[in-house]
Amino acid sequence: MSSPGASGTATRVSRIAGTERIVDVLAPLVAVLAAFLVGGLVVAAIGESPLRFYSTLFRGAFANADSVGLVLFNATPLIFAGLAVAFAFRAGLFNIGGEGQLYIGSFVCTWVALQLPGAPRVLLIPVLILASAAGGGLWAAIPGYLKARLGVHEVINTIMMNFIAVGLTSYLVINIFKEAGQMTPQTATIPIAGELPRLAYFFQSLGVPLPAANPLNVSFLIALAAVWLAWFILHRTTLGYEIRAVGHNASAAECAGINVRRTLVLAMLLSGAFAGLVATNEVMGFRHRFLDNFSSGIGFMGIAVALLGRNSPFGVLFAALLFGVLNTGALEVDLFTDVPRELILVVQAVTIILVVVGNEIVRRRREGGATSRRRSEATAIGQDGSAEAS
Amino acid sequence: MFELAVFDSALRMATPLILASLGGLFSERSGVVNIALEGILLTGAFASILATYYTGDPWVGVVAGVFAGILVSLIHAAVAVIFKADQIVSGVAINLLAAGATQFLTWITWGSSSNSPTVEGMAHWSLPEAWGPVARGINVIIGHYPPLVYVALVAVAVAHVVLWHTPFGLRLRATGEHPAAVDALGVSVKKMRFAGVLLSGALAGLGGAFLALNTHQFVKNMSAGRGYIALAAMIFGKWNPVGAAAACLLFGYAEAVQMGLQGQQVPSQFVQMIPYILTMIALVGVIGRARPPAALGKPY
Repeated sequence: MSSPGASGTATRVSRIAGTERIVDVLAPLVAVLAAFLVGGLVVAAIGESPLRFYSTLFRGAFANADSVGLVLFNATPLIFAGLAVAFAFRAGLFNIGGEGQLYIGSFVCTWVALQLPGAPRVLLIPVLILASAAGGGLWAAIPGYLKARLGVHEVINTIMMNFIAVGLTSYLVINIFKEAGQMTPQTATIPIAGELPRLAYFFQSLGVPLPAANPLNVSFLIALAAVWLAWFILHRTTLGYEIRAVGHNASAAECAGINVRRTLVLAMLLSGAFAGLVATNEVMGFRHRFLDNFSSGIGFMGIAVALLGRNSPFGVLFAALLFGVLNTGALEVDLFTDVPRELILVVQAVTIILVVVGNEIVRRRREGGATSRRRSEATAIGQDGSAEAS
Repeated sequence: MFELAVFDSALRMATPLILASLGGLFSERSGVVNIALEGILLTGAFASILATYYTGDPWVGVVAGVFAGILVSLIHAAVAVIFKADQIVSGVAINLLAAGATQFLTWITWGSSSNSPTVEGMAHWSLPEAWGPVARGINVIIGHYPPLVYVALVAVAVAHVVLWHTPFGLRLRATGEHPAAVDALGVSVKKMRFAGVLLSGALAGLGGAFLALNTHQFVKNMSAGRGYIALAAMIFGKWNPVGAAAACLLFGYAEAVQMGLQGQQVPSQFVQMIPYILTMIALVGVIGRARPPAALGKPY
């Protein structure tokens, strides 16, 4: 009597898990489509054609190898910034400081590169990647430490440290490291040995006509590796297990013997390291120097990306690619339609709002369903003593 | 650094900060984190210039700024209070939305994505000269600054009285500390939190209106982090109106000094960083620990 009942429960559980996964993927997709709809309505409201708007947008992103390369290039920093937010989130921490961390990472990367003018490429590139990660990581570890040690909420501290990072790097660039004889607030260029190669030649050798001027570079591959690394740390290492345990329930983790404080600091450190790696694209891959105020909110976009990707590393990858498509297409929209590209910002913001609300509705429905299911089973047991009444 | 002119401009700099931080205070005292202050300031600034541009009356602009602020905070209230979604994410999204939407609308209205044409600013208050020397004497006091500076200072006193000497204030604070207790006494937590968030929208919208009308035009992203500074001031002022206003005056003074310092020995970036560093120090508790409302950020 008990064995068919048990297997029935098992299939039902797996079926529920299956639908949950489908909902997890569908909910953000529905939110994105709804946000596109809102964007379309706004376009229609100002008397332009929504169809023409979206066809221009997607043509701008997918017309040829060059535009697809641009999509990947634009997605690269967002992947790092999204990973930073998602990784901290798994430990129950909200890292709004990606912007500051990527500034510090980029500055440290540039500074180290300028100190090592004669270093060979094989040495310099790994050193610079580590320097970027270390810069961002240590900057993020400060609010992590303050949270772990003194219980100060990380949100306010990371926001404050964004402004401090921008001010500090701005001071250093303008007053100390500015390129001689230049008006632009930027450092000298890093040694050529520290530059990450562009991917154009590689793709050309494969027969893909990516123009040599396309900025897509090796940093994109580093971003893909970082996605895998974040997944690996979270799901295949003890530290990852501890991070997720603390994120789920810090008191339970503490009881299980996990050092919660240490885990919080390490989670922030790694989160900031991902943000710092933005330097591989912006400094090593593209600009080859530190430019004052170069990031136009990459760190904040990372929050949107992580949210859309449901805080999973592979979800972040897809969300960053979507935002890459929107940002690349926006340029085309600006050139070829009468719709200003700022509308893309509106669409992105609406996406975030719909995603949070959608997540919340899904979660509440799921929890509500779970309790009512449990309750009905409990009454069934109470009534006739056999577990499987339904 | 200590000339009267610096104090003068410090008070002007502090005005939008004071209004926004009072706004943040009402929201956070009810238990809702309001990072959206930045976006509300920006929207209020835009709306006030838009309305002034079409009506020619800056006071209509002020009202429009307040309404725009309430409208934006309605989104935050809906997401955070009704749907009980994450308040910080909602705030971040609203800031993004405000930045995009105001630039978009600036382009639609004036064909420029960076700034609006200039409009008339607010006339200073004054009594007719004919009323004699007393009137002239009063004018020296009430006519020295744009009217909203006085409004902001009065708002500080009003906020203090409302929060600590009215039933509404008691309920609002209780909602932020222990919503379950408020609920048990038959007061609607939802209504209190809605009130807190909408008040913050109105006040920050007013701050935005001052910001824009004081410079006679809307410039894209003109809030420039002031919403976050207001948030910092509120924390530094330990979540009470007088403390928050004092912090705003200090930060406004830092901003005024920094503008005077351009091209001088002391790097302006360091002066700019003062509010943020002080806030971190206050949170860590070196100079008396700043303690947030107990239920802050927790949906109920």
